[in-house]
Amino acid sequence: MTAQTRGSARPNQWLRNLNAKIASIPMILTAVVIFVGGTAWTVLYSFTNSKLLPRLSFVGFDQYERLWEAPRWIVSIQNLAVFGFFSLIFSLVIGFVLAALMDQKIRFENTFRTIMLYPFALSFIVTGLVWQWLLNPQYGIQSIMRSLGWEGFSFDPLYNSDIVIYGILIAALWQGTGLVMCLMLAGLRGIDEDIWKAARVDGISMWKTYVLIIIPMMRGVFITTLVIIASGIVKVYDLVVAQTSGGPGIASEVPAKYVYDYMFLAQNLGQGFAASTMMLVTVAIIIVPWAYLEFGGGRKRG
Amino acid sequence: MDNIATKDTAAAYGVAPGRLKSGPRGAKPRRRLSRRNIIVYGTLIVVSLYYLLPLYVMIVTSLKGMPEIRVGNIFAPPLEITFEPWVKAWAEACTGLNCDGLSRGFWNSVRITVPSVVISIAVASINGYALANWRFKGADLFFTILIIGAFIPYQVMIYPIVIVLREMGVYGTLTGLVIVHTIFGMPILTLLFRNYFAGLPEELFKAARVDGAGFWTIYFKIMLPMSLPIFVVAMILQVTGIWNDFLFGVVFTRPEYYPMTVQLNNIVNSVQGVKEYNVNMAATILTGLVPLTVYFVSGRLFVRGIAAGAVKG
Repeated sequence: MTAQTRGSARPNQWLRNLNAKIASIPMILTAVVIFVGGTAWTVLYSFTNSKLLPRLSFVGFDQYERLWEAPRWIVSIQNLAVFGFFSLIFSLVIGFVLAALMDQKIRFENTFRTIMLYPFALSFIVTGLVWQWLLNPQYGIQSIMRSLGWEGFSFDPLYNSDIVIYGILIAALWQGTGLVMCLMLAGLRGIDEDIWKAARVDGISMWKTYVLIIIPMMRGVFITTLVIIASGIVKVYDLVVAQTSGGPGIASEVPAKYVYDYMFLAQNLGQGFAASTMMLVTVAIIIVPWAYLEFGGGRKRG
Repeated sequence: MDNIATKDTAAAYGVAPGRLKSGPRGAKPRRRLSRRNIIVYGTLIVVSLYYLLPLYVMIVTSLKGMPEIRVGNIFAPPLEITFEPWVKAWAEACTGLNCDGLSRGFWNSVRITVPSVVISIAVASINGYALANWRFKGADLFFTILIIGAFIPYQVMIYPIVIVLREMGVYGTLTGLVIVHTIFGMPILTLLFRNYFAGLPEELFKAARVDGAGFWTIYFKIMLPMSLPIFVVAMILQVTGIWNDFLFGVVFTRPEYYPMTVQLNNIVNSVQGVKEYNVNMAATILTGLVPLTVYFVSGRLFVRGIAAGAVKG
């Protein structure tokens, strides 16, 4: 695939290709020290009772027991599950439908795409603050609906603990669906025109062609998109901080915020490490099967 | 492409398809206002309005005075346009005891973003070049670790990085934050550059080798000039990504170096004082302005940049 330098006649095994090795030092350090070393360090210290400073006094699974007994962690996990489930479903469905609409050889495609994708260029902080304002019960959407004569209209997710996570979901979908649409559109464009012609010749309706032929063919795109969305969901932090700061009460807490708060505010490092290890486990559950399907299964590396 | 062109022409001449000399190619010409078109365009326009609404509300709110906001509705255009909130957001808004506005955060973000973008791209492009053209034993292993590492939640690694930076004596400084951005930009950028360099014709590289050019000569004289588009894509990716960062800014810097996003959040979500929604929205737009400008100017390249995240290695 790429040029090899095996043929060069340098005698010393280690000095061969020396420049490339020097150039790769940052990558090697990042991979080994930060990614492998840092992760191992955090996992190791999650079994200690470190408070303000990391200390190597092991307490077994104490931190994890405490973690799963903490109401705030339970709320965080529930929120992540609800948020994750709905954002996966909605962003895949909305993203695909929009992509299918965009693929109808329409005019102004670039304009539509520009409009749908611009939120993705913004910071989660910006998104969170805008939606905090739009969902403000006193001035925002709720008050508009009431002033239009729908007196009983009630939609104040940011002040109602039962539905606050849906308020965050709306903002997240606003920001992220454009990207999903773009990925899906790229997938649709990669499908052979002949498939469509063949389906038309056979008299299969457009609706059926999409569901029975196109979507199964786009399996790879769907899985990649799924992994991208899912690993983004686990990391969700800025949006919650900006939109609700975890409130009202602890109703919109998420694991990433739990980790940050325990590490840097509550000075309870052990708890933070245990919580971040749980996040790692969550991601591993998503990534490992995907990586196995994608890169494992008998295919040779390189 | 051909197909689309034919279709468009056919639609444009809808009444007289016989004028097309090329014979019956492509789909049957359709009437402009078919039921299908109404559904497609109607949906897209409604959806576009949903996406544009927050931007519109942000701008409108930032141009109103507070009394008008209290009585009016958030969608109404301003009766009296005022730029005072913008001035206030830029120069006077308070975070804690500091009342010098978002300008400080803006300049901090500039001082963070510029070196981070340059250094992360330099490091990653050389890495990618080494991986594509000068592979050594074990290189693929490190690369695989790097790519898998991209999926590890940042929260798992931030504390060890705090310790490393503290040992290096750069924790809390801009240098430290630049290092962090370089580390976390590395997986995706290295992937991007490696794939691009691997796609360049191999003969070029071989010819240069035969002529006696070494690692750095080939990089600077051949690879770099040939790869400007991918450098632009990487720049777009990094400028927006680093400008929008919040977590690293808050963890790895001291308050005097807080980037714009962190300061914005502190201004808007501060509990003291009367809420000034117009100032908040002006501050929010100001923070979003840099990535939005990059987005609108770069157009298609931005799509390429973010789609790079979906490219497989």
